[in-house]
Amino acid sequence: MNTMLDLLSWISLVAGSIFLIIGTIGLIRFPDFFTRLHAASVVDTLGCIFIMVGLMLQAGLSIVTVKLILIVIFILFTSPTAAHALAKAALHGKVKPLLDHSGD
Amino acid sequence: MMFAVATIAILIAMLLALARALLGPSLYDRILAVNTFGTVTVLFIAIFGFLTGRPEFLDIALVYALINFITTIAVLKFFEYGDLGRGSYDRQDSDL
Repeated sequence: MNTMLDLLSWISLVAGSIFLIIGTIGLIRFPDFFTRLHAASVVDTLGCIFIMVGLMLQAGLSIVTVKLILIVIFILFTSPTAAHALAKAALHGKVKPLLDHSGD
Repeated sequence: MMFAVATIAILIAMLLALARALLGPSLYDRILAVNTFGTVTVLFIAIFGFLTGRPEFLDIALVYALINFITTIAVLKFFEYGDLGRGSYDRQDSDL
């Protein structure tokens, strides 16, 4: 039982780490502000959820798990709000999306 | 051991986000990178508590998540309207 929990925790933490690194590599490599916003959302959702689930499996049923769930819920509420506000502010601030006109 | 692996990945993610914050061509790229850096910092504080065997650090992570969101919204509002007190689209902003 304990080994099973450890295994699930390993898988979850490694998956979260991979998503974190993928998201931030996208933040570096993508060509345009709006695509970078898309890449950063991977960090805020999948990376955060996987790492927190890995920590919850280690913590067991205690107050620590409740705090971790609170952090996850809070990040899941605020991160889309911040991304929406950023995109709206960038559009209002005259940042043009990079468009592909080759299909015209 | 598993916490150490995740900590190293988090530190790499922090370095990459910081690189985008330093190079970002526009202001919004920098704000986005700082927001991502803040989220990764919340994860780092949480996992550092487990790494050192003191999960009480989670309270700090919770407060950091709150402050990070408020910071992003406040900075965005300031740069969008040039004012923190009020905001309306029909005001004539010429210098921002």
